[in-house]
Amino acid sequence: MTNPVLSIRNLTVALPGMTDRENAVENLSFDVNPHEILCVVGESGSGKSITSLATMGLLSPALKITSGEIDFCGVNLLEMSESLRNFMRGDQMAMIFQEPMTALNPAYTVGSQIEEVFKVHRNLSGEERRKETLSLLNEVQLPDPERLYGAYPHHLSGGQRQRIMIAMALALDPKLLIADEPTTALDVTTQAQILRLLKDLNANHGAGIMFITHDFGVVAEIADRVVVMRHGEIVEQGTADQVLSNPQHPYTKALIDAVPRRAAENKTEESTASVVINVEKLNKTFHTSGGMFKPARTIEAVKDVSFKVRLGETLGIVGESGSGKTTLVRCLMRLIDPDNGSINISGVDFAAPPKSQLRQYRKDIQIVFQDPYGSLNPRRTIGSQLIQGAMNFGISRAEAWQRVYELLEIVRMPRDSVNRFPSQFSGGQRQRLCIARALVVQPKVLIADEAVSALDVSIQREVLRLINDIRDRLGLTVIFITHDLRVAAQICDDVIVMKKGQIVERGDVGQIFNSPTNDYTKALLAAQPGQDWDIPSFTEEEILAEI
Amino acid sequence: MLAYLFKRLISALLVALTVSAITFSMTFLTGDPAITLGGETATQEDLATIREFYGYDKPIPVQFFNWLGNAVQGDLGHSHYLNQPVATEIFTRLPTTMTLGFCALLFALVLAIPLGVVAAIRPNSLLDRIALGVAVVGQAMPSFWFALTMMLWFSINWGILPVSGTDTWAHFVMPSIALGYYITPGVMRLTRAGMLEVLQSDYIRTARAKGVSRFSLLFKHALRNAIIPVVSLAAVQFGFMLGGSIVIETIFAINGLGFLAWESIQRADLPMMQAIVLILSLFYIMLTYFADAMNAWLDPRIRVA
Amino acid sequence: MSEVTATSTALSPRRMMLKQALRHRGLLFGGFIVVTIVLIAIFAPFLAPHDGYEQVLSRKLIPPVWFDSPKATWDHILGTDHLGRDYLSRLIYGARISLMIGFSAMLISGVIGTTLGVCAGYFGGKVDLVISFLITTRLSMPVVLVALAVVSLVGSSLTVVILVLGFLIWDRFAVVMRSATQQVRNLDFIASAEALGSSTPRILFVEVLPNVANHIIVIATLEMAHAILLEAALSFLGLGVQPPDPSWGLMIADAKGLMFFDGWLIAIPGTALFLLILAINLLGDGLRDVTAPENRG
Repeated sequence: MTNPVLSIRNLTVALPGMTDRENAVENLSFDVNPHEILCVVGESGSGKSITSLATMGLLSPALKITSGEIDFCGVNLLEMSESLRNFMRGDQMAMIFQEPMTALNPAYTVGSQIEEVFKVHRNLSGEERRKETLSLLNEVQLPDPERLYGAYPHHLSGGQRQRIMIAMALALDPKLLIADEPTTALDVTTQAQILRLLKDLNANHGAGIMFITHDFGVVAEIADRVVVMRHGEIVEQGTADQVLSNPQHPYTKALIDAVPRRAAENKTEESTASVVINVEKLNKTFHTSGGMFKPARTIEAVKDVSFKVRLGETLGIVGESGSGKTTLVRCLMRLIDPDNGSINISGVDFAAPPKSQLRQYRKDIQIVFQDPYGSLNPRRTIGSQLIQGAMNFGISRAEAWQRVYELLEIVRMPRDSVNRFPSQFSGGQRQRLCIARALVVQPKVLIADEAVSALDVSIQREVLRLINDIRDRLGLTVIFITHDLRVAAQICDDVIVMKKGQIVERGDVGQIFNSPTNDYTKALLAAQPGQDWDIPSFTEEEILAEI
Repeated sequence: MLAYLFKRLISALLVALTVSAITFSMTFLTGDPAITLGGETATQEDLATIREFYGYDKPIPVQFFNWLGNAVQGDLGHSHYLNQPVATEIFTRLPTTMTLGFCALLFALVLAIPLGVVAAIRPNSLLDRIALGVAVVGQAMPSFWFALTMMLWFSINWGILPVSGTDTWAHFVMPSIALGYYITPGVMRLTRAGMLEVLQSDYIRTARAKGVSRFSLLFKHALRNAIIPVVSLAAVQFGFMLGGSIVIETIFAINGLGFLAWESIQRADLPMMQAIVLILSLFYIMLTYFADAMNAWLDPRIRVA
Repeated sequence: MSEVTATSTALSPRRMMLKQALRHRGLLFGGFIVVTIVLIAIFAPFLAPHDGYEQVLSRKLIPPVWFDSPKATWDHILGTDHLGRDYLSRLIYGARISLMIGFSAMLISGVIGTTLGVCAGYFGGKVDLVISFLITTRLSMPVVLVALAVVSLVGSSLTVVILVLGFLIWDRFAVVMRSATQQVRNLDFIASAEALGSSTPRILFVEVLPNVANHIIVIATLEMAHAILLEAALSFLGLGVQPPDPSWGLMIADAKGLMFFDGWLIAIPGTALFLLILAINLLGDGLRDVTAPENRG
């Protein structure tokens, strides 16, 4: 058995000041072996990022390591001088981060940034450096390395930038590569490519990879071994097989249980309910004049989009970034003006009339947005924001308050929330409040625009269940926008797949998942990580059990 | 980048036109400019002569275009107090003010930028607090009081610097400091804030992960990006100093544009006043445009779109 | 794992800001001095030992009481000027003038600048184009010179000075409010407000303004200091407050010729100006630290 590349023993990192817990990570112990991919899984706040930063020596000065050791190839990093550690960074151990759009220095070409690794750690001539850089660009499967060499970061897409990061990290063949959620900010198809690249590189280089993620699908896709973290502690670790098929700890079971499953059944009968929304040939094109960063462009954001939604249904609109789904939603809500086409909601055309005429009908269609931190006014009490909508439409204050309290009960938030401010609530709680706010005006249609994308998996499930619940109780029609097919499978009846402003496929959930017809849909499905994983299910008792 | 610069040029020209119009309209602030020039004892005949000579009898838009047309050709009007063209006097005095402004800017930058960088490297340290203290004190001191106090100590009490005039380089020391210190806080704060923000950015973290040296991190990676807005600000502040030099020049008896402005205000020499305001505004617009161009060149996101 | 029963624990944002404010030394120090000076100005008639305008030529140029001079007397704690007027009284009444001009000019420029900035930031498009053009034009003109020129042509009275300053220094309000409003505009709760049927005026006043109010307060304090400094400069050059009114800038101008022998004539009003501006700036910086710490520097 070869020695591990990285061996963390009883690591404890203290949090400064008055926070909800004393330590960011506590008594952490795990290994990373050469040639393997170890996945560290956890929700937000589990301490997984801090572990990686501590290993690299990049912790912010406010966080102190109070005990434990971090052994790299047998030597304790914590006892090394800073200059020696700096010497090893980029050479023996490398790291790639989550946000590719901001991870590269905008002032220098990507070629020179890769070369910098050679300049700092090796003694090569300019010619040799250039050769190495070009071969690296090839290895990370970037097209046209010669041209890309002289390009600046802002010329590249997110996926391309992440490949540059990988190239920089692997340049000197490090023994340890740490990847902190490198695909979280990427489209699912790009994610699939990057994961495949990492697996290929793992086969060809000897590095041990510590891959941090919150997505169990990714874990199923690439992990050899798994470490599960929660609140700064390890709750379970083992081989991928063990943890994914036969987890022991209730928390692991709960996390796996919350992973959205693929749809199984095909719907058989056609719905006979009335049509609530009828969109016909909707178009919206943006003309951006040459700004500071881009030349003038014409973007057909929404092109000839038509669809119907029936009463009581949930329609899913699935697409990656740039698919036009956000623009479509804003047109539906008439927050922006479509170029032409019609949007018929319960008899009222939302597309044609000027905005001022539409005000009275706005209550029929409401929306919950993605970012729970920007969707509530930080300077107003929850109560004043919740009743605002109703009062705008002429409902008396007394009745408005009554509706508010009823809804707070439905979304399972306490009554005294009305006197508090948004900053006093967590992300999941805020989303519930936003749902309540949207429902106060008793709309016919509720749009959820990536409403659960910013939430942890366990919270996601709660909110999705809530939306389903509400739909059934209040007779709502729901349009659910998402980039994640698995989430769509949870609550949607019908699904529309969008690409570059157009609808490429439509059908009920079972159809889309089990027998897709369009190539893009097939590609989207194929790109979902962890397809070969047979997700186990658990009983309620198993999940709630305390060890 | 060329498209960007061209658009900014059009914008600058439009602003210049508007500023000229505003400056020109100063003529009518007193009501009848002829009376301002002629004085209250002027007879109707005198007024008529004045009107004809200066063109005040023509309709306003025509006056404006004449004035503008002349200005573009270098004729900024005629000062009857000095009995020579306004332009001559202005361009004789301009170099002095430019020298003063340049020295003041140099002083401010040499003090402010290193201070800002050091403050950002160790935020909330003693050095940072000193830097911020300097900024706060600098912003609070009235320039004329500072100038007079310096004169009192350095010239009168200790006799190491000359009181007034512009004969030697020593004459420029106190005026430069008095003029420059006022923009030091602004530049220092911007440098500090810019560095702090850049040092928090993801690409600095990437550079650290690559094992880059501390020195290279600060200057090659951080300052290279943080300095961009500071360069713009410095160019713009240069223009501000040219305009604000009037107080310093009167105190130190420096024969520059500011002092000339002061004299013409005293004498109600309207054409001269207008011309100075116009020249300084145009300078300012040019400097802003230059700052934009520098900005575009330093930032690859604009330079190589 | 469910958050259903979890109640919120953090304090309301207002309480948190108040707590932070009470711990901020610069804010407390600056605030204390500003309030003191304001109170002195308000109660000037009760506090000033003499009439600041009364000239007693037999008592001219008496140095302050701590000087080692036979003429110094407790009757004139800060001495007298070249016309025998009590310096302390003039200083106190000068505070009135500085504060009044500073405050009024700040109000005028604040209204102009905030309206322009918020409209530009919220409506964007053509409105933004026009307003940005106005801002650039205003920024291209040398403030001191234009102020001097206008005052010299129109005549210098208190009202003129206030109006001229008010109509010249609105640029910082406009620039900052424009950028602050743009940032708020992009947040989802504005879109939600629109979707919930709120009218544009309602959105501006109830949703946007409270979220940019902290910027307004900070800029207001800084521009008030700016206005006071400008007025002092104008008065120093003889084109601001006219004699015999006791502006601090004017007092320094009067003393210019005598500073070689009676340096305190300059030092005292200069120090007073410095202290007032410093205090206002510290107050403004403190407010910025507490309400919008991300804008520090």
